[in-house]
Amino acid sequence: MQVPLNHYLILSGLLFSIGVVGVLTRRNALIVYMCIELMLNGVNLSFIAFSRYLGDMGGHMFTFMVMTVAAAEAAVGLAIIISLFRNRQTVDVDDVNLLKG
Amino acid sequence: MQLLMFYGFAFFALFAAVGMVMSRQPVMSALLLIVNMFCLAGLYAQLDAHLIAILQLIVYAGAIMVLVLFVIMLLNLREKQGIISKHQVALQAVGIMALGFFIITVVSRLNPAKLPAPKQTDATFGTVAAIGRILFTDYLLPFEIASVLLLAAIVGAVILAKSKV
Amino acid sequence: MSDFLWLIVLLPLIGAAINGFFGSRLPKPVIYLAALGSTGLSLILAVVSFIQLAGLPAESRAMNNQVYDWITAGTLNVGVNFLLDPLSGLWLLVVTGVGFLIHIYSVGYMSHDRTYWKFFAYLNLFMFSMLMLVMGGNFLLMFIGWEGVGLCSYLLIGYEYHRTAAAVAGKKAFVMNRIGDFGFILAIMLIFVTFGSVDYYQVFSHAHEKLAVGGTVVTAITLLLFLGATGKSAQIPLFTWLPDAMEGPTPVSALIHAATMVTAGVYMLCRTSLLFNMAPFTMGVVAAIGCATAIFAATIGLFQKDIKRVLAYSTVSQLGYMFMACGVGAYVAAAFHVMTHAFFKACLFLGSGSVIHAMGGEQNMEKMGALKKHMPRTYWTFLISTLAIAGIFPFAGFFSKDEILAETFGSGHTALWIIATIAAGVTAFYMFRAVFLTFHGKSRVDHEVEHHLHESPYLMTLPLIILAFLATIGGFLGIPLIEGANVLHNFLNPVFTQFAPHAAEHAEHAEHAEHSMGLELSLMGLSLGVAISGIALAYYFYIRNTAAADSMQKKYEGIHTLVYNKYYIDELYDFLFTRPIVRVSRAFLHKVFDVQVIDGFVNGVASFFMGLSGAARRLQSGMIRGYALTMVVAFVLLIGYYLWGGK
Repeated sequence: MQVPLNHYLILSGLLFSIGVVGVLTRRNALIVYMCIELMLNGVNLSFIAFSRYLGDMGGHMFTFMVMTVAAAEAAVGLAIIISLFRNRQTVDVDDVNLLKG
Repeated sequence: MQLLMFYGFAFFALFAAVGMVMSRQPVMSALLLIVNMFCLAGLYAQLDAHLIAILQLIVYAGAIMVLVLFVIMLLNLREKQGIISKHQVALQAVGIMALGFFIITVVSRLNPAKLPAPKQTDATFGTVAAIGRILFTDYLLPFEIASVLLLAAIVGAVILAKSKV
Repeated sequence: MSDFLWLIVLLPLIGAAINGFFGSRLPKPVIYLAALGSTGLSLILAVVSFIQLAGLPAESRAMNNQVYDWITAGTLNVGVNFLLDPLSGLWLLVVTGVGFLIHIYSVGYMSHDRTYWKFFAYLNLFMFSMLMLVMGGNFLLMFIGWEGVGLCSYLLIGYEYHRTAAAVAGKKAFVMNRIGDFGFILAIMLIFVTFGSVDYYQVFSHAHEKLAVGGTVVTAITLLLFLGATGKSAQIPLFTWLPDAMEGPTPVSALIHAATMVTAGVYMLCRTSLLFNMAPFTMGVVAAIGCATAIFAATIGLFQKDIKRVLAYSTVSQLGYMFMACGVGAYVAAAFHVMTHAFFKACLFLGSGSVIHAMGGEQNMEKMGALKKHMPRTYWTFLISTLAIAGIFPFAGFFSKDEILAETFGSGHTALWIIATIAAGVTAFYMFRAVFLTFHGKSRVDHEVEHHLHESPYLMTLPLIILAFLATIGGFLGIPLIEGANVLHNFLNPVFTQFAPHAAEHAEHAEHAEHSMGLELSLMGLSLGVAISGIALAYYFYIRNTAAADSMQKKYEGIHTLVYNKYYIDELYDFLFTRPIVRVSRAFLHKVFDVQVIDGFVNGVASFFMGLSGAARRLQSGMIRGYALTMVVAFVLLIGYYLWGGK
């Protein structure tokens, strides 16, 4: 039996929301980064599912681009975390509050 | 059969995701995320997205997560660094449940009868050849821009990580 | 030429700007060039314009120079236009001529001053304001000049601001002027409400249709205008600032408080003569106050010891004469007296400045005496001007004062005439008292001062000579009785009759009311006799029998003290007005209104915003997770809205 579309969509939404909760709750910057990756993956799943069910290859393209961006983001984001660690000896996001008004 | 495969992959993916969010040790989180990606690759394969599935494994699980693991080990984070306060566990559980409920409510409003059935596609759907064809014709511009983006990312990463600017 | 009238007014302002902004860095010749050059150029242009004006036929003798549309707001249309007609032409020549001479004098007098360029800047600014006042074509321009001369008076009186007395005098002058200005502004507003315009031509041509003769509106307008005039021209009750204004340097006293600024009130009355002619009640008030001021100030001048104070009180007294003339409808006589008074009073003040300069700053006449041989030029010019002010034939003052007295008698105000004639005698007495005490008799000069008594340099005595010459021949412009010889009268009269045809007959009737030759001559002889007897009395008391003066003073000690202390008017004003106002200001206006209401409001606005920002600041916690949470919540709300809410 074919898997109905909404199964994929529910899974995608759940993965996304788990990622959101992780971003909001965790204090370690690396964990936050990984949760962001989780969110991106959830969205990818949604794209692929729709692409299959609508027969359009555009979804694949979008996923391709998302992956590219995720790679770029990995490079830059991790570089930021490393320089943050170098300057402040911590990767705790709560300690990065210089913008406090 | 397909449904069974779906449920299997789906549950593993969810477990790994929840575990990743709630884990205390960064390395554990990273590894669980890799598990999650593997499951997703399986789902992609089930959806006839051959290239994307492989790319997921190679790029995401193979390159990005390895990079993250490098950084975790470079920073030598103690256990203390990954500590979450006692409230946070409850907070996370509640948060996940709330959002999940929200998502399910949203999606369940979709009428299954109106959802499109998977279109009939030929065997070339999602293959390397097909993606390659449209990548270099219809989606050429995004492709080029992506290469510029990667260049920018490389330069940025190099500058950021230098000890002396 | 009529297109360049604005240049006459503007040139002194340019001189003031140059000296005011750059004076501290400019070399001496440039400063003098800017100051004297601008005034001199104005004088030349004024003379040229005047000659052109005189060339025009009598009925249309007016040159209007519309420069700029200044205010166009609803129904109020005020332009910047300069009017040159016989009345403003006379004042123009007097102001620029005497002003220029005094500028020359100031070069010598202020040569020791450290910041003399500032002095010249103020003088030029004053010239600009006075010319604006005189040449302006509407009430608002006159008011600008009015305020400007008040300001310059304050600046110049308090020029040596390190001296408390000078600073206080400047403040007093300004505040008293302001009280008068209040009346003037109310009058302008009333005029605007009645006529819808403040332009002279508009107002005067519609005066008879819009105002009832003798009605409340015109009486109110004229009374308020007169209030302004009393402030500026030092009449009762706003005259006490003028004697104190003698704290300023002598050229200032000569220019502002003798020849020009104080005559602004007379000019205003002459300009609005049409309105005054329609308000007989106000005319009576004007004449009465003028006469009262004349005799009142003359009596105070009798016993003053400071030479400049004597001259100040004589100025107030002579101004009283001019206002009395206006009050009885003899505007031409008033203008005539303004002109002659400018000549001899400026000469007297400049002469006294010369004396003070020679005496090294001493102003007390009791310490002077027998200066005649040390300062001949000063002495002779001073004597000529004193003869003029006493009203001795053939000097200028005789003709103008006589015309005023003749008009007063002829228009039936006999009581005023008697008082005015007595005042003339008193004037002759105290002026010659000043001459005798200063230049004649035994020398009472201190020994150190005696050594450097010298005649003043030519730069200072040349204006004296010119002014004395004018004081000698100036009267011949208004020779009475001989047909057609009263040049001034024929020249000025059309201005006062142009807008009121039937008033012309009224004025004619009043002016040439059945004067027989004999009556006129006997009046002249009477005033001459009174003046001569005044001089003789002064001669007796201060030359022949100086002991008699002292014994009379001791016998009437009480009256002497009263008059010497100016009838304690200053103290009365202080008690009635100054102290209560200061008390109210300190206790209520400052403590309550200023601190609590105004400061409270301003601080309240500030603290309101501070409170607001304090609350808003908490949004910016620096916690990135908080920001992310806000984003997620907003996202959820948006999605929810679109799914379950609106379209």
